Amino acid sequence: MALVEVRNVHKSFQRDSQVIEVFENLTLDIAAGSFTALMGPSGSGKSTFLNLLAGLDRPTSGTITVAGAAVNTMSPSALAKWRARHIGFVFQSYNLLPVLTAAQNVELPLLLAPLSKKERAERVRIALGVVGLEDRMVHYPRQLSGGQEQRVAIARAIVSDPTLTLLDEPTGQLDKKSAQEVLTLLQRLNDEFHKTIIVVTHDAHAAEKAKQVLHLDKGVLAA
Amino acid sequence: MKLLPLVFANLRRHRLRTLLTTLGVALAMFLFASLRSVVTTLNAGAEVASAERMGVQNKMAIVFPLPMSYRERLAAVPGVVAVSWANWFGGQYGDGKVFFAQFAVDPESYLAMYPEVVVPPDQKEAFLHERTAALVGQGLMEVFGWKLGQDVTIRGTIFPGDWTFTIRAVYTPSVRAIDDRSFIFRYDYLDERTQHRVTPGWYALKLQDAALAPQVAHTIDAMFENSSAPTKTMTEKAFNQSFVTMWGNVQFLMNSIGMAVVFAILMVTANAMMMTARERTGEVAVLKTIGFTDRTLFGLVMAEAGLVTLTGAVLGLGGAKLLYAGTGFNGFGFLPGFDVTAGTVAVGLGITLLLAVASGAVPALRAYRLSIVQALRHVE
Ligand SMILES: Nc1ncnc2c1ncn2[C@@H]1O[C@H](COP(=O)(O)OP(=O)(O)OP(=O)(O)O)[C@@H](O)[C@H]1O
Ligand SMILES: [Mg+2]
Repeated sequence: MALVEVRNVHKSFQRDSQVIEVFENLTLDIAAGSFTALMGPSGSGKSTFLNLLAGLDRPTSGTITVAGAAVNTMSPSALAKWRARHIGFVFQSYNLLPVLTAAQNVELPLLLAPLSKKERAERVRIALGVVGLEDRMVHYPRQLSGGQEQRVAIARAIVSDPTLTLLDEPTGQLDKKSAQEVLTLLQRLNDEFHKTIIVVTHDAHAAEKAKQVLHLDKGVLAA
Repeated sequence: MKLLPLVFANLRRHRLRTLLTTLGVALAMFLFASLRSVVTTLNAGAEVASAERMGVQNKMAIVFPLPMSYRERLAAVPGVVAVSWANWFGGQYGDGKVFFAQFAVDPESYLAMYPEVVVPPDQKEAFLHERTAALVGQGLMEVFGWKLGQDVTIRGTIFPGDWTFTIRAVYTPSVRAIDDRSFIFRYDYLDERTQHRVTPGWYALKLQDAALAPQVAHTIDAMFENSSAPTKTMTEKAFNQSFVTMWGNVQFLMNSIGMAVVFAILMVTANAMMMTARERTGEVAVLKTIGFTDRTLFGLVMAEAGLVTLTGAVLGLGGAKLLYAGTGFNGFGFLPGFDVTAGTVAVGLGITLLLAVASGAVPALRAYRLSIVQALRHVE
């Protein structure tokens, strides 16, 4: 059984009287330990796909199973708790709470787990170490560069050791060099820590770092 | 509990806004406590009044005197067991900046009639046996740092000249509603120095039974109806209450102002909370993505509103309590025993709770209901 199983997923949005069909019949598997780059033109449904996997949104019909859990049938509060354990998510921007330091931002998911203050501090230190920012613990987001901010967001996404790490255009607002650094970091997380990663990117060059590249076009997948 | 630092971090985001909102609540609660205490103090005064005592004053107004000859006639009224009389002196002490009441009383009958005015026996003896002796409230002694046996000179306004008294006795009221800042001296001294031209300002009566009050009042007022000085006789309680209503419907007025203040501050607080919530749409979505439940986010916003309003309330209510207790405020003698009661503090805290709920509920529900997908589409 694959880590992620998407079966006959249909997703449409209702906007006023207009119905927007994003996926008509999507079926795919993602294996544990894989590193997938998801590409496609704007509006092709990449964000919608990640949102469905993370249980941030529900399919109109069809089933989504992640690590054995039927994501499409869970209640909102059950989903929230499930996400805290199984999903790490990074957005294109505005990931960090400006009133919290880098370390406090990374600590957020751990507040939902039964961990002591000491254990949390230790994990935060390790996660920030992995992304190479252990010397920026007490800095606030406004004191960091865009690339550093995204690395803090990645540290937060992996700090609770989630089953699946999803990134929606994490390099969209970064310059080429910072984007490269972030992709290299993801590659390392996959290689060394065997994290299962799906990253949405527009940059074909960056996508080469992934083990597989999926192309979405008008809601249809092509390898 | 682990999330408390997050609440504090959010409150620090706009320090000035948080500070102003907190101070706004504090000010509103301070005003509330002050206004309500005026009402409770006045009511307390009316409530402790003895139902067995009555006051007789000139029908026209209390500033017009009554003849001395009424004394015997009042004493003869069935049901009246004791009669005392007094006069308002209205002098000035020192630079006149500190106001306090001065009365000339008939010593023996006055002390017998008001057991709430507690005087040590030896001092009482001294007061009863020296014509120029004064009986001074403990509070007033403290205000001026006076000592027993000291001479005090008061400048008369209604009765001109310098009047020197010797403090021979100090009283402490056994009930808060009696002013502990009065200056009491002997009516016979006033009488002597004015060459017997003074007559009583009012009479106080003690009845055999409180139930006789209406009948006694009727008898007295009818007896003097066609004289040169008609009377108005009422129970002590009625007298105190008439003092309250002299201010108009004080209770209604105070409550209206209090409510208006609270309502105004509610709008300010609610507005601050709404601004806060709108700015944070993206952050709420991020927290939900991380796995914070809708309920937790509801709680975080409510905790923020609660902390601001509660801090404000503690400052305002506590400040009022300490300030009035510390300065011994008594409304320039008109509000003896002025106090922010525990009841007032409790009502204030109750209002604060409603304030927290009312100002926090809308933004908290907004955070609760926020859809991550919708919120992120607006941010990006
Ligand atoms: N909440 C929504 N309500 C209505 N329509 C939506 C909603 N979310 C997405 N859509 C529509 O669904 C389609 C797919 O959107 P999605 O955001 O998944 O695309 P995307 O591939 O991530 O695009 P981009 O590269 O621009 O981020 C678009 O046509 C979009 O307008
Ligand atoms: Mg997108």
